[in-house]
Amino acid sequence: MLKIRNLYSGFGNLRVLKGVSLHVNPGEIVTIIGGNGSGKSTLLSTIAGIVPALEGEIIFNDENVAGKAPEKIVAAGCSLVPEGRLIFNTLTVRENLVMGAYTRIRGDRGINLGDELAVIFGMFPRLQEREHQLGGTLSGGEQQMLAIGRALMAKPRLIMLDEPSMGLAPIIVKGIFEEIRKLRDAGNTILLVEQNARAALRIADRGYVIETGQMVLEGTSEELLNNNDVQRAYLGKDYRSISD
Amino acid sequence: MIYNAKYESMPRDELAQLQIERLQSTLNRVYRNVAFYKDSFDENKIDIGTIRSIADMARLPFTTKEDLRKSYPYNMFAVPLRDIVRIHSTTGRTGVPIAIGYTRNDILHWSELVARVIAGAGITENDFVQIAFDYNMFTGGFGLHYGAEKIGASVIPSSQSGNVQRQIRIMKDYKTTVLLSTPSYALRIASNLREMGIHPDELNLKTGLFGAEPWSENTRARIEERLHLSAFNIYGINEMMGPGVSGECAERNGLHINEDHYIVEIIDPLTWEPLPHGAEGELVITTITREGFPLIRYRTGDLSSIIEEPCPCGRTTLRMRRVAARSDDMVVINGINIFPTQVGEALKKATGFDPRFQIIIDDADGEDVMEIQVEVLEKMFDDEVKKLLSLKNAIAVAVEREMGVAARITFVEQNTLQMYSEGRVRRVIDRR
Repeated sequence: MLKIRNLYSGFGNLRVLKGVSLHVNPGEIVTIIGGNGSGKSTLLSTIAGIVPALEGEIIFNDENVAGKAPEKIVAAGCSLVPEGRLIFNTLTVRENLVMGAYTRIRGDRGINLGDELAVIFGMFPRLQEREHQLGGTLSGGEQQMLAIGRALMAKPRLIMLDEPSMGLAPIIVKGIFEEIRKLRDAGNTILLVEQNARAALRIADRGYVIETGQMVLEGTSEELLNNNDVQRAYLGKDYRSISD
Repeated sequence: MIYNAKYESMPRDELAQLQIERLQSTLNRVYRNVAFYKDSFDENKIDIGTIRSIADMARLPFTTKEDLRKSYPYNMFAVPLRDIVRIHSTTGRTGVPIAIGYTRNDILHWSELVARVIAGAGITENDFVQIAFDYNMFTGGFGLHYGAEKIGASVIPSSQSGNVQRQIRIMKDYKTTVLLSTPSYALRIASNLREMGIHPDELNLKTGLFGAEPWSENTRARIEERLHLSAFNIYGINEMMGPGVSGECAERNGLHINEDHYIVEIIDPLTWEPLPHGAEGELVITTITREGFPLIRYRTGDLSSIIEEPCPCGRTTLRMRRVAARSDDMVVINGINIFPTQVGEALKKATGFDPRFQIIIDDADGEDVMEIQVEVLEKMFDDEVKKLLSLKNAIAVAVEREMGVAARITFVEQNTLQMYSEGRVRRVIDRR
């Protein structure tokens, strides 16, 4: 599905990603874990075409999309749910969702959005209850559901989620991750960037650990959970509790 | 049987992606965590960010056994010592030993890799597997034990007991179906069977997995004939965790390499240049999943070559040809490693000179015998037969003291030893 080789990217003279390689197989949840400033969000932004790739290949379904415009990448089937949700506060829930299908509506004015909205509402009943409410009035968890729903309206083959747990209460995070798992079980492919490594590894099939723009570990979620470096750096187990 | 088809039969392009990802993350880890590699890459002005493909590996420096000895015991470990759950080591018989550290994940991977190799020889949960490898600092016993247990076989940890007859009684009483040992130990079992008057058909053996020393197709035929089993070749070395690097499938034509964990190259042992697939040279291995003791381009000293053609068994992994010799000409005689350089030293001690010599190894009814032919230099020669005889004895004593193996010493005239075409004396002739 997605195959990245030796990707470099950054802002101006600052290189954030320094030779990153990774892959995502169809039907997998793959998570990227790393600390603040490790480059994990830049990685998603680079795949989405928002931050330019300086070097390397981003092969998405046998096509190199490195350097393509963001809307081309969405049209190719790769959607980003950005960090902080970034929903349209002054549009209603319904309007927000319709915006998600923007690249498709442009190509085909005849598509039936009603059925597709019904699917999203089936997945997130709360959104249906709030269908005509303004996005800005939703709670954090509802906004996250809206952001995911909006991404799904583009009918993506790969959904990229950037920090979906950010700013949400633990109980809400649990619900959101449960939804992400259901998305995978329904056949979707997901690339998930998360600070909350424990929650991410609990639902992911595989993961990568990124440090200062370079990958330092790859493995199944189980392997990463077993790794002492991961436990110390990302799972909040301090040195003492490990040695005890 | 293919134990883990996802990895053992992975399409080559997917495997290439996995290998480069794992190689890059291994390089990033050793650069951050192992001073030896940081210094080595910096000294050689290698920016690991520029290693973009497996072919780029040729620019990385080698790791040698000497490097590992210098780092003894812990300087090559890539994780804090509290993350290490096991330490194995080499014997150190030929110098300083090497300590090898394993994390919990390393042990899990090791079990998985050995399980693949054992399953590849057709072993299943219905088998009684007798492990006649040492369970100690050496990696063989434990590694095979984990793999055999993982596939659910009934494991008999008999170890490489000096009491071969007891080993045979266990084999008979427990109805062992699979023997795991060194090839030389298997031959010792065979000759003891004869002494005990037990016909191999009174045993239940059907398969044997043999490794840990270089051996030949001839030896395979001898073992199969004397023990009435199918013999499979397995390969692994202590430095690479132990067994589990590669093993034969039912085709028994080359050993499938676990390429999702090890990247294998063949180099010219003299020029150190990479050789193409098919050419024989020294086996160089890079670990790409290991946490505790990752090694980059480790020179094994073992001579082999790579078979690229797909195997009819369905695995997509590259195969390596059996290791029949080593670049340092090390041979194993009755289970003991013999380096020709040791023989040279013993000769020097006994004679005070540096005569040319040739080691000839043969099979005398199941036992390995060694003959050392020594060129008599003019300065060593004496008309008095008695003096020559005592010199011969002195050599024999020195050799046995140096190597722990007795050898028959023969004096030969100058320029009668077998030579390579380039005019070098063949140090070892193995007739087994």
